[in-house]
Amino acid sequence: MNETLNGNSQIETAQKTKFKWSPIFAWSFLAAFLVLIFLSLANSQEKQMKLGEKAPEFVLTTFQGETITSEELLGKVVVLNIWASWCTPCEQEAADLESAWRHYQPRGDIIFLGVAWTDTDKKSFEYLEKYGISYPNGPDLGTKIFQDFRATGVPETFIIDRRGVLRHIKVSPFESPAEILAVVDSVLED
Amino acid sequence: MLSPRIKLAQNRGKKISRVFLLIISIGFLLTISKMPQASAQEPVPTPIIISDDQVNLIAREMYCPVCENIPLDVCSTQACAEWRELIREKLAEGWSKEQIGDYFIERFGDRVSSTPPLRGINWLIYIAPPVAFILSAVILFRTIKRSHRNNLPDHMNVTYDDESHDLYMERLEEELKKL
Repeated sequence: MNETLNGNSQIETAQKTKFKWSPIFAWSFLAAFLVLIFLSLANSQEKQMKLGEKAPEFVLTTFQGETITSEELLGKVVVLNIWASWCTPCEQEAADLESAWRHYQPRGDIIFLGVAWTDTDKKSFEYLEKYGISYPNGPDLGTKIFQDFRATGVPETFIIDRRGVLRHIKVSPFESPAEILAVVDSVLED
Repeated sequence: MLSPRIKLAQNRGKKISRVFLLIISIGFLLTISKMPQASAQEPVPTPIIISDDQVNLIAREMYCPVCENIPLDVCSTQACAEWRELIREKLAEGWSKEQIGDYFIERFGDRVSSTPPLRGINWLIYIAPPVAFILSAVILFRTIKRSHRNNLPDHMNVTYDDESHDLYMERLEEELKKL
């Protein structure tokens, strides 16, 4: 009788200890899926860049076909303005940026760059012509520059020093040419 | 016999009429030469009119870059209106739906497309749903089967496909031998 009981307990133990792969596989899959979602969300929700951080490398192909890389701009102060023709606040600062560019252009150690975000070429040209913008401008292909700089909208301006370090971020339009000059001068002084 | 005066007058009249004819002929020739000449006409391209429906057929498969999760065909922002106009222009130029889609992805990134290209993390979008569905179906099937087995009366709750069954049978045979 005891042997019979022992036999039954052996059977129960065997039932309990039987290794099952399917739950492990299911939970692993679920965990991997959640991790990927988390990483993806964390990446998209990444906050604005920090001042003092190295600015992301970028390549801008201008509307005229010239290719400008961040690497070749080392040694110059870069004013990178992200804009769109459909963005009304961008229009507020367009003329001021051009005025500031004309002020600094003769120096040769500073460059202004315009990046047209999610814009059509036709509208971009109209915008550039309307405000007489003469500094290099180009489309943000694949919105890569916007994403790499973790921009939050348009207009947004990033000022990078001679060593390629991000020194100033202006979210929203500049209020006046004087504001632009004050910021750029402070970066040039360093 | 005509008098010499009359003859002279006749000759003069002939000369005048010849000069007159010559002037008319020259004038006629000049007029003809200045007339526009008929030639083979160059075909004038008929402007292709692209309807809103044609534009929206492509636009509904794209998303506004500014206001996320809103299809381009129903988005009311100025940016979307400009993009729809761009689709219209490309269609008028003879571009195919695929060409336009590829152009938009190249210009504005993967996020504009409702069917992102298969690269990088995008693979997950295509793989995860079927895998999750199959896994759920397997788990559900096993759970139902198990619960059904547990609900059977004890004398019917016999498994024939487990290792436990083999152990049970071995034990049973041993017990029978003892008898």
